[in-house]
Amino acid sequence: MGLLTNLKDSISRAAATLFSEENPKRIGIYGPPNAGKTTLANRIARDWTGDAVGPESHVPHETRRARRKEDVEIERDGKTVTIDIVDTPGVTTKVDYEEFLDHDMEKDDAVRRSREATEGVAEAMHWLREDVDGVIYVLDSTEDPFTQVNTMLIGIIESQDLPVLILANKTDLEDSSIKRINDAFPQHETIPLSALEGDNMDEVYDKIAEYFG
Amino acid sequence: MPEVQAKGGDDNEGVQIDLISGERMAGLTSMEKIRLILDGVRDGNIVILEDGLTPDEESRLIEVTMTEISPDEFTGIEIETYPKSETADASFLDRLMGKESTKKLTVIGPANQIETLHKDETLISALVSRK
Repeated sequence: MGLLTNLKDSISRAAATLFSEENPKRIGIYGPPNAGKTTLANRIARDWTGDAVGPESHVPHETRRARRKEDVEIERDGKTVTIDIVDTPGVTTKVDYEEFLDHDMEKDDAVRRSREATEGVAEAMHWLREDVDGVIYVLDSTEDPFTQVNTMLIGIIESQDLPVLILANKTDLEDSSIKRINDAFPQHETIPLSALEGDNMDEVYDKIAEYFG
Repeated sequence: MPEVQAKGGDDNEGVQIDLISGERMAGLTSMEKIRLILDGVRDGNIVILEDGLTPDEESRLIEVTMTEISPDEFTGIEIETYPKSETADASFLDRLMGKESTKKLTVIGPANQIETLHKDETLISALVSRK
């Protein structure tokens, strides 16, 4: 009987730690490079805190460190959902500094950027295994979602039973196809948006509150 | 009897392909599997795994690969599996009971030597080149 009581107490304590208001859930923003993760993180942070998270750029691997924005309070239907947003570097299995030379970078800068990018990807993977409670997975809806990185990352997220919200970003662009993303990950709901233009953010916030609240 | 594997390495006559059975991988720890894969790939070989890796091992493979990338020497890996993982179909109870199946043929090679031409649920077509 004592054992059962102890077990019950442990579960209650674990549940209290997981769901207490003092510990907002850490929601990782994941996806391949250039999907618009930082643009989304900045959009959410600006809408609810007034501050940005980090610089945005068309050059891949602009975000080379995971950045956390704490205590973002999102109000939905009279309730407040508090989360920490973790903007992570785009995940890839390869980094070649020569790619950065095409973006008017000197070799030294390109090598340094590629080294920082590799460290950032390793850091992002570590966060995913250890330190996030849910994932917003951002995809560029103008690109083919059937890539190995997407397949692997969604598999990793599912294997950890983390709640995941898939966002089809860049709907403001002509080549955008939400259906292609829906078809690639039919087991998950896909929400379209343009983080840059702020299109459909209301639905995004509704879903954040539903999935992570 | 002719050699099954093409000779790779320094003489640059071809590309070595290592087909690793599920049985051989089953006896290794996660880090031993990752080391086996990356040592092969860094030698310029194409590594084919009969049973693939678990999601957690894939995550660690990406992490370790990143720490080994160095300019003009190793730019990372190309990895391909069939897109539909059986993991997604396993029920929560199956996973809880350890019945989760992660078996999926996986091809891994140096990023600068392998290029995926086509991939769907049943076919992976890749172009492999010498260094």
